[in-house]
Amino acid sequence: MTTDPAASGPPPLASAGVDEAGGPSAARRLGFGIATVVLGLIALVAFGLGSESGVDATFVFVRGGEAIEIPDLTFPARTVALVLGVVIVALGAALAGGLLHRVYGVFGVGLGLFIVALLAWAARDDTINIIGLLDGSLRRAIPLALGALAGVLCERAGVINIAIEGMLLAAAFTGAITASAANTPWVGLLGGVAVGALLGAALAMLSIRYTVDQIIGGTVINIFAVGVTSYLTARVLVEYQDLNQPGSFRPVGIPLLEDIPVVGPLLFDNTIYVYVMFALVAGLTWALFRSRWGLRLRAVGEHPRAADTVGINVLRTRYRAVVLGGAVAGFAGTWFTLDAVSGFDENMTAGRGFIALAALIFGRWHPVGAFIAALVFGFAEELQGRLALLDTPLPSELLLMTPYVVTIIVVAGLVGRSRAPAADGEPYTTG
Amino acid sequence: MSAVLDRGRTVGRALLVPALALLTALVVGGLVIAFSDPDTLNEWGEFFGDPVGALSSSWDIVSESYRALWESSLGSPSALGRTLVETTPLALAGLSVALAFRSGLFNIGAAGQLIVGATCAGWVGFTWDLPRAIHLPLALIAGALGGAAWGAIAGALKAWTGAHEVITTIMLNYVSYRLLDYALRSTAFQRPGRNDPISQPVAESARLPEVTIGELRFHAGLFLAVAAVLFVWWLLGRSTLGFRMKAVGANPFASRYAGMQVGATYVVSMALAGALAGLAGTSNILGRPSYSLTGGYYSEVGFDAIAVALLGRANPFGVLGAAFLFGVLRAGSTGMQAATSTPVDIIVVIQALIIVFVAAPHLVRAIYRVRARGGAEPAFTTNWGS
Repeated sequence: MTTDPAASGPPPLASAGVDEAGGPSAARRLGFGIATVVLGLIALVAFGLGSESGVDATFVFVRGGEAIEIPDLTFPARTVALVLGVVIVALGAALAGGLLHRVYGVFGVGLGLFIVALLAWAARDDTINIIGLLDGSLRRAIPLALGALAGVLCERAGVINIAIEGMLLAAAFTGAITASAANTPWVGLLGGVAVGALLGAALAMLSIRYTVDQIIGGTVINIFAVGVTSYLTARVLVEYQDLNQPGSFRPVGIPLLEDIPVVGPLLFDNTIYVYVMFALVAGLTWALFRSRWGLRLRAVGEHPRAADTVGINVLRTRYRAVVLGGAVAGFAGTWFTLDAVSGFDENMTAGRGFIALAALIFGRWHPVGAFIAALVFGFAEELQGRLALLDTPLPSELLLMTPYVVTIIVVAGLVGRSRAPAADGEPYTTG
Repeated sequence: MSAVLDRGRTVGRALLVPALALLTALVVGGLVIAFSDPDTLNEWGEFFGDPVGALSSSWDIVSESYRALWESSLGSPSALGRTLVETTPLALAGLSVALAFRSGLFNIGAAGQLIVGATCAGWVGFTWDLPRAIHLPLALIAGALGGAAWGAIAGALKAWTGAHEVITTIMLNYVSYRLLDYALRSTAFQRPGRNDPISQPVAESARLPEVTIGELRFHAGLFLAVAAVLFVWWLLGRSTLGFRMKAVGANPFASRYAGMQVGATYVVSMALAGALAGLAGTSNILGRPSYSLTGGYYSEVGFDAIAVALLGRANPFGVLGAAFLFGVLRAGSTGMQAATSTPVDIIVVIQALIIVFVAAPHLVRAIYRVRARGGAEPAFTTNWGS
């Protein structure tokens, strides 16, 4: 099957973009080759020819306070963008012409160089702190990665969780209120996790016991979370503002490790969310693919009847997975009010739960893949934030679209290549 | 005679679950109102000292809220007019979601399609200067086309790449919010002399005529909505295209085996759904008295539309009824907030509860111990993989 819209024959449904042998098709190679050439041309024309000659850009690699400092990198912006543009065009042409075969590898390299050219252009006559950019990307990836992990737990067990957004929002709200009331963010953390688990239980009840269409069940929870949090914000938080002052977690540096240049400030001087995120990615990867629990959970998601036959309690396994996923999403939600900013705002999650869902698909239902995908989305979001501050002629409203457009492109470009668990979304009934 | 009785019984049975769902949602919503009112909560704090006081003050706030809701939505001809004005976009947007449901697609993107439709119609409405006989139809067509194009993106992405429409339509919603922000700050749209995001008003010649019957006032968009209901009923029940849409919705694999073009059907379905949502936005900007584009409103209607379609069970006439009910809630909630300071957001809670109970008929039947009789529940969507 091909993905080329112009190709004759019925359009693909499930396995779009993968030919019979399982490799990328010629049409896909051509498409990505052309896309790479277009990126190169944009870099060449907009960032290269479009910028003034003789102006330098500077990349900074220190955050301050490190023992060993890496010197700043200063270079002529126009020349670098021009060279990069030519290289990207050449890569794309080679891919489209059949000289190169690793479609995603080549496209990835092209995209990476494109971003460097973009940064060089944006930082002309100015500086960009690369450490700050990467650190911000990591921070913004937190709710996406954790949300995607929640999705991995539910969907590996065969329950589609589209309610991640609602869980994030409800947990952010609860986290803010309970932390304010108890005067410590730890209580907020617990409150958020509890609410997440509760909504997970609600989703599980709807989809497992009452066999409600899982996408509709999730949408209901999303609408409900928006309604209740908006209602209570207008009703309670506006009047009792001290209930919306939760305070926030402080970064905790890990001794010795935090002094390593570049890596230290990036990875080992963070709030607990980053550490828990890494622990969960590693732990879930092990648990899902190396433990008995994980084998059973995946069996239930792939072939519930077979799992039932060998004595696994399908429904109970699903209940537990969805409630656990809800708890993880709840934990992610508290990040908004206990780390990102201190306080709740209506609809503050702004679709992050759905982007997490895209990260889950992009990451092929695997914890590590989901984490990497979340980093990509986090980078897109952070980059947009940085560009808005620099002197770029793009209007801020259009820059704000970036994460959403990137999500669409990723889902459209890659969804056919990743396969959902076979029984994802299907209720299991005996008899 | 017995045929009529049978038909009545069928309709009655079909209405039973939605009616019980509405009742349950109102009861639970009442509890939410009672237990979130600060004064009432204080009374409950002294429950053991004065149990009667706590109960009666809870009863007071709930009954006052619901009475205000009733009075400002159905209590007078002018209130009914406001309800009808609210009903119009809800019906059109609800039809959009319902039509997509019948093709096996979950259109969460009505919000974005509304915005793009309203933006296109508004631009035609206040930029061009034409005689009425041309201007109004052109503005309506522009709105429908804008929505159709926005909807077709999601359909095409699904057909060509397999990207699930739930994610793409949600993302397209966010993109459209930013587009609207951008448009409302641009010189082509923003009202001269204003700093807040509001567009110029639509020219007289592009406005939907107002209908006045005594105190009852609404705009002609309502007729558009009713016509759309009849059109969708005809499309789904009487046309070849509608048959193909339903077949693809029921089983895409079998449809493809039968020689139908599944992908093309997805694109057409989403374009039609988008056109209906676009008209919903259009009816609003061309009909509602401010005649201008602002942020906020459209995304709410887009999400209400999902509830309307579910409550109406994806049936065109059911959607019209559900839209009227939600119109009552929308029109009434404003009056309720003014009279009792119960925030308008309560209707979102009530709506979510209604959908829970409608989507989970087993749950409602379990609460009221009503037995299920014949026929499977309609399946609305398909999952990720397929």
